[in-house]
Amino acid sequence: MKTESKLEKLLSQGHFVVSGEIGPPKHANPEGIKKHTALLKDYVDAMNLTDNQTAIVRLSSIAAGVHVLQAGGEPIIQMTVRDRNRIALQSDLLGAYSLGMRNVLCLSGDHQSFGNHPTAKNVHDVDSLQLIKIVKDLRDQKKFACGEELKGNEPRFFIGAAANPFADPFEFRVLRLEKKINAGADFIQTQCIFDMERFERFMAMVRERGLHKKAHIIAGVMPLKSAKAARYMQQSVAGMIVPDEIVNRMEKAADPKAEGVAICVEQIKHLKTIEGVAGVHIMAVMWEEIIPTIVQEAGLYPRPDAG
Amino acid sequence: MIIAEGKPLVEVAGLIQEARKVLVVGCGGCVTVCLAGGEKETGILAAALRLLRQKEGNPLETVEVTLTRQCDPEYVDMLEKYVTDDVDAIVSLACGVGVQFLAERYNKWVVPALNTKFAGGTVEHGVWEERCGLCGECILYKTGGICPIIRCSKSILNGPCGGSQNGKCEVNPETPCAWQLIYDRMQALGKLDLLMEIQPPKDWSKSRDGGPRKVVREDVRLA
Ligand code: SF4
Ligand code: SF4
Repeated sequence: MKTESKLEKLLSQGHFVVSGEIGPPKHANPEGIKKHTALLKDYVDAMNLTDNQTAIVRLSSIAAGVHVLQAGGEPIIQMTVRDRNRIALQSDLLGAYSLGMRNVLCLSGDHQSFGNHPTAKNVHDVDSLQLIKIVKDLRDQKKFACGEELKGNEPRFFIGAAANPFADPFEFRVLRLEKKINAGADFIQTQCIFDMERFERFMAMVRERGLHKKAHIIAGVMPLKSAKAARYMQQSVAGMIVPDEIVNRMEKAADPKAEGVAICVEQIKHLKTIEGVAGVHIMAVMWEEIIPTIVQEAGLYPRPDAG
Repeated sequence: MIIAEGKPLVEVAGLIQEARKVLVVGCGGCVTVCLAGGEKETGILAAALRLLRQKEGNPLETVEVTLTRQCDPEYVDMLEKYVTDDVDAIVSLACGVGVQFLAERYNKWVVPALNTKFAGGTVEHGVWEERCGLCGECILYKTGGICPIIRCSKSILNGPCGGSQNGKCEVNPETPCAWQLIYDRMQALGKLDLLMEIQPPKDWSKSRDGGPRKVVREDVRLA
């Protein structure tokens, strides 16, 4: 065990893990985060806290992580390189660890032009891959990014990275995943999977290179609420592939929400059979309350005790 | 070259509202090539300003001069004979460098007529595109001659990010993904293995830093 992370413990014990996601609010009241944590904590092993997702100002992921922890959940704080340079990133890593955070997911971040402050200056001092290495070096070398030695307690994070099997160039996606693992990623959360055939091809390449043995790969899923949502994901979200078949199923459904849940449960059951998939990450932002149903129907309840 | 484009006429007019006589100074360098501040544009701007002020019943006198370059004191000096006491302001159609060189040399109100955009080139007649972010430490040899600093929306050194799809950048479906271009080129050159190297964080102290950067060439200095 490299860290005190509960997520790492479950993964290393070989459990098929389940993670969820909470989007912090656009205000300073933490009640929603606490409520969602209470709702989800028995159904997921860890919860991602997004970092100003889609470049919209929200309560900080680290602060949200503290609320999750206090409410009995296991937080995974997301950290993007859009808004902070290497000084601020490392400072926040030290601070987050001191507050009990044990998992971090390193991301590039959505471009500011998508958010509510499109005239902001972005930072991009380091990229997401370099951030992974910074978190690893702090932990394993006890060194700051500048090479200076860290005297005292080092932050020991279980390091996460994202992978998108649906972005281009496809052939390079697995190599870039390998690069992230070489940089220090311990676990990977993928983009939402709708195109199962392409994901299977991706995983075959992952296994060919033995990457599933070097990092825990957690497959992303997203329950669709409506045919409109399905079409939106298909047409307007960069780096996402939604096959027509899924859009059609949502369009024909008498009860689209139930159909969305059914599709998601089928996907999870399928993903469980793919060698090298270590768990699922259920992204149901604005629909968090559906997660318990999905976890139960997918046969993943009760969740294991990390001891 | 430096690419610039003209500010809206009313904006420039607003900057010299109080002036009765202005020098309108063009530049024969980059801004001539990108059709923003050469002799022709200088004449057009001066005429437009006069016309506007005429309509407002507040006539403006203009004197137009185009210097070979406004970023060289040698040429900036040549403006001296035009900078008479009755000149109230100088309108510069150079890039931001030229505007500053004029302001440093002459004790007059100097205003920019252009917005200085970027270091780039002509991609088709009438279209200019950025190519270099002037980062101070060129790494084009690592990326097949395609600049990730300026052409990737997130300046990623280990790309492409998860938003690259069908060769386009997630930020704008019109913009080619720089990392798709880099990938294609490295593949064509048989150098994909170079992309597996983890590029370390860049030394941005070589880029915009504390105060203006300076290049000193002792071998060509006169004093
Ligand atoms: S790497 Fe730096 S110097 Fe080279 S083209 Fe890009 S911004 Fe310009
Ligand atoms: S899509 Fe390509 S160009 Fe756009 S931010 Fe990502 S890597 Fe950079």
